[in-house]
Amino acid sequence: MPTAIRATGLVKKYGAVTALDGLDLEVAEGTVLGLLGPNGAGKTTAVRVLTTLLRPDAGHAEVAGVDVLRHPRELRRRIGVSGQYAAVDEHLTGFENLDMVGRLYHLGAAASRARARELLDQFDLAHAAERVVKGWSGGMRRRLDLAGALVARPPVIFLDEPTTGLDPRGRVGMWDVIEELVRGGTTLLLTTQYLEEADRLADRIAVIDRGTVIALGTADELKSQVGGEQVEVRLPVGGDLTAAVRAAAGLGIGEPVVDERDRRLTVPVDGGTGDLRALLDRLDRAGILVAEAGLRRPTLDDVFLALTGHAAEEPEVVDEDGAA
Amino acid sequence: MSVLVEGASDAWVITRRNLRKILRVPDVLVFTTLSPIMFVLLFAYVFGNAIGTQDTGVDYKEFLVPGIFAQTVVFGATFTGYSLAEDLQKGIIDRFRSLPMSSSSVVLGRTVADIGINIVSLVVMALTGLVVGWRIRSSVLEALAGFVVLLVFAFAISWIMATVALLVRTPEVVNNASFIVIFPVTFIANTFVSISNLPGPLASFANWNPVSAVCQAARELFGNTDPSAPVPDVWSMQHPVLYTLVWVVLILAVFVPVSIRQYQRATSR
Repeated sequence: MPTAIRATGLVKKYGAVTALDGLDLEVAEGTVLGLLGPNGAGKTTAVRVLTTLLRPDAGHAEVAGVDVLRHPRELRRRIGVSGQYAAVDEHLTGFENLDMVGRLYHLGAAASRARARELLDQFDLAHAAERVVKGWSGGMRRRLDLAGALVARPPVIFLDEPTTGLDPRGRVGMWDVIEELVRGGTTLLLTTQYLEEADRLADRIAVIDRGTVIALGTADELKSQVGGEQVEVRLPVGGDLTAAVRAAAGLGIGEPVVDERDRRLTVPVDGGTGDLRALLDRLDRAGILVAEAGLRRPTLDDVFLALTGHAAEEPEVVDEDGAA
Repeated sequence: MSVLVEGASDAWVITRRNLRKILRVPDVLVFTTLSPIMFVLLFAYVFGNAIGTQDTGVDYKEFLVPGIFAQTVVFGATFTGYSLAEDLQKGIIDRFRSLPMSSSSVVLGRTVADIGINIVSLVVMALTGLVVGWRIRSSVLEALAGFVVLLVFAFAISWIMATVALLVRTPEVVNNASFIVIFPVTFIANTFVSISNLPGPLASFANWNPVSAVCQAARELFGNTDPSAPVPDVWSMQHPVLYTLVWVVLILAVFVPVSIRQYQRATSR
């Protein structure tokens, strides 16, 4: 399959902070790559470089067959970008926003208007088309922003944390829209902080930390590295953790992990709620009281802990100054 | 489409987008229409009566109104910077920069829209001025030329403010930073008082201050000067229109390329 996005050795430094540290990426045409990482890992910087918004200090990138650094304007005709926060104009109506983007892609007046109507229908925004965006909900704004990225039917689309800040309902709605889009054969690079999101939308996931890819594979491949599901119980104050570990022995697919301070016991499992029930039964029989219990799927934190040995860190304050 | 036509079309799309805001954002409408009315009334009645006719020759109100025009359009340039910084902050500039549009069109669309805003303000102020007793005592053509000088100068200042906005990137900082410059530049001038009333060093500054030249040019073109009140014997004041245009050309020659360059590397965060 031909490659739609290829980046080699991208480096971007802001003073002492290295945002990209030799990043390599490759996305085959018509597939979805999820760029997974915590805040400050370099996801947004990578997207900014690949969409011509930022010049890297070193490295090479090619998107849709166009050299990003040499022909930025040519590239902009072939990509669609939707940012972390909805970059829509609050004082324009939904229709005016999309019509404006169409004209700036030089589609012509009639084609811009028609495309705007079409996208508003497709994204379930037609009812609000003539209303100023200021009064719209967060989810509607995001959909409009995404629609803006699709105006010129670009073959390659970049979505930077498309659901960050949305409520669960808005998030699921956004996922449906993105899945629909991908079915049409568009190549997509998506950044996210949520493993669940990458799992659902991406064909392949690149885990990124400190500006470089530390793991690459399908969601299943990554999860097998992380250890899949876990059953977790927390004992009340004064609970006997040692007895709990003894009771849990032999259950699940790995050694139980104990967190003394939190009085928490975590057991890697592969049997879902059945294993949870089994553990609770055993603890009950041993007369151990439980304060909290649950089945947990691996999160970004688990992936990080497994891959890097450190937790996903809070963002360093990076001033993405244009001082390139 | 040729590059030029494309660029002009992009700039027009952005201009229209910016002009729509005049009617939709109450702040902008107030800024464009009500505050100019307030300025004319305030200065005409409060200062006008307190200061009276000094060495200006003509009735103070007639002297004052072109000064208020100049002051308002120069202050209006802050709006250019404020709006651009706001677009940067909201990520709208990121979107524009990811589109295949000409890189000058966002700032050009902003500064051109602000000419539109200034035209509205000037019409409102001129009408208010007529109500309080200001008169145009020249020909229609000269009067139009007077408005054009004001608009062209404000357009140039807009490009300075655009550059400032793309450098500092926060609307509030743009406002504060620009007032530090704009206040002295508009007040140490013949905007509200005759330069002959200013002490030595301030008078020299005022004589060569382009804002003085703009005021002087406007007064001459509106016929609001009085032969009995001589213009300072300084080249800039003797040739105010020419001197203003020299400044306009210089400012544009520096700040158009600088702001476009800054736009190309501007990021929201």
